[in-house]
Amino acid sequence: MELSMSLLLPLTFLLPLAGTLILALSRGRLGERASATVGVTSLALAALATLLIALRFIAEPRTYGVTLWQWISVGDFQPSIGLALDGLSLTMLGIITGVGFLIHLFAAWYMQGEEGITRFYAYMNLFVFSMVLLVLGDNLLLLFLGWEGVGLCSYLLIGYYYQHSANGWAAFKAFIVTRVGDVFLAIGMFLLFFELGTLDIAEILRRAPEVWAKGDPTVELAALLMLGGAVGKSAQLPLHTWLADAMAGPTPVSALIHAATMVTAGVYLIARMNGVFLLAPDVLQLTGVIGALTLLMAGFAALAQTDIKRVLAYSTMSQIGYMFLALGAGAFDAAVFHLMTHAFFKALLFLSAGAVIISCHHEQDMRRLGGLWRRLPLAYAGFIVGGSALAALPLVSAGFYSKDEILWQELVTDHGGLLLAGMIGAFLTSLYTVRLIILTFHGETKSDNARNAQAGRGLVHGLPLVVLALLSTFLGAWIEPPLEGVLPAPAEGEELWHLILEIVAAAVAIAGIVLGAWLYLRRHDWLAKRTASGWGARLWAFWNQAWGFDALYDRLLVRPYRRLTRLMRGDVIDGLCGLTAKLAWLLHQGLSRTQTGKLRFYATSMVAGATLLLLVLALAP
Amino acid sequence: MTLVWLILIPFIGGLLCWQTERMGTMLPRWIALGTMLLELAMTLGLWLYGDFRLPEAGGGASQWAMEWRVAWIPRFGIDVHLALDGLSLVLIALTGFLGMLAVVCSWKEIVGRVGFFHLNLLWILGGVVGVFLAIDLFLFFFFWEMMLVPMYFLIALWGHSGSKGNTRIGAATKFFIYTQASGLLMLVAILGLVFAHHAATGEYSFSYDDLRNTPLSDEMAMWLMLGFFIAFAVKLPVVPLHGWLPDAHAQAPTAGSVDLAGILLKTAAYGMLRFALPLFPEASQAFAPIAMGLGVLGIFYGAVLACGQQDIKRLIAYTSISHMGFVLIGIYAGTQLALQGVVMLMVAHAFSAAGLFILSGQIYERLHTRDMTRMGGLWGRLGSLPGFSLCFVAASLGMPGTANFIGEFMVLFGTFPVAPVVVAVSSVGLVLAAIYSLFLMQRVHYGPAQGEEPLAGLDRREYTMMLGLLALVLLFGLYPQPLLETTGAAMSEIQRLFADPALTSTTLPMRAS
Repeated sequence: MELSMSLLLPLTFLLPLAGTLILALSRGRLGERASATVGVTSLALAALATLLIALRFIAEPRTYGVTLWQWISVGDFQPSIGLALDGLSLTMLGIITGVGFLIHLFAAWYMQGEEGITRFYAYMNLFVFSMVLLVLGDNLLLLFLGWEGVGLCSYLLIGYYYQHSANGWAAFKAFIVTRVGDVFLAIGMFLLFFELGTLDIAEILRRAPEVWAKGDPTVELAALLMLGGAVGKSAQLPLHTWLADAMAGPTPVSALIHAATMVTAGVYLIARMNGVFLLAPDVLQLTGVIGALTLLMAGFAALAQTDIKRVLAYSTMSQIGYMFLALGAGAFDAAVFHLMTHAFFKALLFLSAGAVIISCHHEQDMRRLGGLWRRLPLAYAGFIVGGSALAALPLVSAGFYSKDEILWQELVTDHGGLLLAGMIGAFLTSLYTVRLIILTFHGETKSDNARNAQAGRGLVHGLPLVVLALLSTFLGAWIEPPLEGVLPAPAEGEELWHLILEIVAAAVAIAGIVLGAWLYLRRHDWLAKRTASGWGARLWAFWNQAWGFDALYDRLLVRPYRRLTRLMRGDVIDGLCGLTAKLAWLLHQGLSRTQTGKLRFYATSMVAGATLLLLVLALAP
Repeated sequence: MTLVWLILIPFIGGLLCWQTERMGTMLPRWIALGTMLLELAMTLGLWLYGDFRLPEAGGGASQWAMEWRVAWIPRFGIDVHLALDGLSLVLIALTGFLGMLAVVCSWKEIVGRVGFFHLNLLWILGGVVGVFLAIDLFLFFFFWEMMLVPMYFLIALWGHSGSKGNTRIGAATKFFIYTQASGLLMLVAILGLVFAHHAATGEYSFSYDDLRNTPLSDEMAMWLMLGFFIAFAVKLPVVPLHGWLPDAHAQAPTAGSVDLAGILLKTAAYGMLRFALPLFPEASQAFAPIAMGLGVLGIFYGAVLACGQQDIKRLIAYTSISHMGFVLIGIYAGTQLALQGVVMLMVAHAFSAAGLFILSGQIYERLHTRDMTRMGGLWGRLGSLPGFSLCFVAASLGMPGTANFIGEFMVLFGTFPVAPVVVAVSSVGLVLAAIYSLFLMQRVHYGPAQGEEPLAGLDRREYTMMLGLLALVLLFGLYPQPLLETTGAAMSEIQRLFADPALTSTTLPMRAS
């Protein structure tokens, strides 16, 4: 039993790594088909390994540990390359390899005929490899390896179309902004190691309550630093600006970043370190507030986007905001449950968006789409199912169950403000989801690209969409993450209130949908007029720019730094040291002037010098 | 005698290269390669059969794994005294490996005076090996000065005459004056120490072991320590004294840059670890806050300047300054973890900087420019070279999985208990490292292609070289333990001397409450 687990666990990340290595070392000898086969097969096998692990785990649920080798050993500093599997890691592992596999498969259709498929799949496999290590690592340093690896892979994939400088800069931005968060996490690790003398996660969780009382400033600081890391990776305020620009990469990449990997890392980190966060109530409160602010900010921003993928990007920010909201209330399991359903429906939405984009010859501006529902039925169905889950359509969608759980936990734990934010957010979500679907699939078709849309065909295209669509309905909500014992049990409350809350939440979601349908189907011209001039236009621009954070950071950080580098380019200090050389040169020139070769000058100066000397001697006391 | 051969082999090899030039240009290259292989093989042999793992019981027993000593100038107590421990072994192995790399990467780049070129190259390496082995201070100074001269010729004779009026002669002269002047300061400090020893014991001695126990007044110790420190600080380089480095790198041939960044800078860190700290533990403790401050300054100054460069080699040169800031912080933190991290970082930086310099050399051979504004969009045109660039750039920004990560993070973990504020501030340097590293990728490899004609990809020699280097970066990133165990004993000795119980009562002013 144990033996096969110690074989299966490493396989989940070694298989994607093998895929990367094969592709990277092929030096372009593999064709498009072969590359895709390698890339998809490695993930299929990893998903299979995960399935076997899950079967084992269900038979005997406990924490499985495998230590591969000692990484570093100096004094107390003993991080190992060690894996730990419990219910939380298993949930994450299932999402990463399962949804990841479907995305890889779909990408084989999406990337047909693009150059550099080998590179694409090498990066994608490496992405999955890093993410698996992130969730399996049994110590913070190994988690950090996965954490940074995910950042690097996202950089590579966002900048995949490297010929356009803009894509490169988007990738650059993503890496730098998340790296700022990573530095906080790193300092948090230094602090935890200094205080607790270990980096082993289980050991940290065990020692933390022994060392710190609840609310101890040190533990608050440690939790705050880790929150900084989580905020960066999960694109929450104030480090959220990279996610919208990350759309520069191919659409399956967006699906991978938004659904299966990367942005969920922050939520995972906080859920994993729950013992530390529970000791830091202020930071936990802050987590909830950040989530609330982000979900509102992103909700409004999503209303004013014209690019399909950007709408989805802001919706991701907002949904991760919900997860932070749950974390803030100490409802870690509700956060992870929403993480799972979100992975299903967000992957579905992105892949459907990918289907639309390819079918419409790389047109992704909603102002030039429209009326596509007849031509692209499968993508339309994907959007309807995924959109209803996003908007938490009552009873039939997976999103309803998970979002309801979050709101319920806010109510039970007396977080009235957060609950209100969640409700407003739910209304906004319905509104922008309906807008997205109507502008893309209904109304008149607004460009030739859309008129000539060709629906995708084949198993590679269809299977991922169908599977994800099934998982986005109530069927997906039936999957219960095995989190008992890993995360603190959810708070309990009176069932009657729960029912009332469910009805209110359902009403809010439906109200948003109805209002959205009315606005965008019936009053579209009126709306367009209002947003074309005056206050409406200003508000539109403000939300379109997502509350102007980019401009703010540009002014506060980017430009001053660029100015600084330009100012210092010539190396000021070196210039100062160079003055010594200049001084010597000046002295040399001055003295060499005296060497005139004229005898009369020499004689005069000799006499003058001697006189001066005598005078000094005579006058000296 | 093995130790003497370690020094002599490069010198003899160099002479052979010079003399065989008349028999064709290929022969010196092969001889040089063979010499470095022999050197490397000898060190690896020592590594395999020597025992560096067991930490010596403090004090009594000898800390050296091997020792060789004959009298040289008995009247002044000067010996030819060589000794090897884990630290010197690792650095000599590194010298052998990078020396080999330097020979291979100049295979096609150097076409004029091939024999004399390799003479200079090998003599630098011989001098460096001498520096790593000598523990008689006079002999140390001898080798320290000795490695400068061939380096001067390497830059002056085979360098590039670069941009903006920077000439290779100018760069070589600047390099020479900086290092020479600082070397003289060290000589004064050495002599001062010897005279102080003479005053106390009535005997002249340049021996490391004797001088270590010289009784010194606090003020005297501080002045002598500063003499050593400044000499090493110029070479490391520490920021106000770094002016020679970017020029030297920009103008040097690839092999020169590889040696400079990979090995010569490491002699400075070695000097601090071997001499500045153990000889003047008390003064070093007192000086530690300033040294760490300089380290932080270096991290930021190097990073900001790297972002502003257009010359790809100057950019890499400034990143070296930034990385050496971490080394300086680690050395003066003085904990076992930080010191081990310093060794790791030295090795890792040697690999990553060498990799980046070789890659920029290869780009130069193909594009005949080092100006990054004239590059861009090279990803699709250069075969696997951009992929390697990416890997070494990732190493340089401290991506986990690479040796650089291990080094940097061990330094930071090890320094945190001593100076948490310093660690927090210098962690920001990690963001700046990401900025300059990705700047390089963005400007060189991404963006629209600036030309249509395909460029030559990497040939087998270049591919093997880069793959080998990369494999080492990853190997030490994932399994650094063999290296850490080799240097463990030497480092705990230094740590013991630095943090002598009698001295630690004076707490560092930077320690948090």
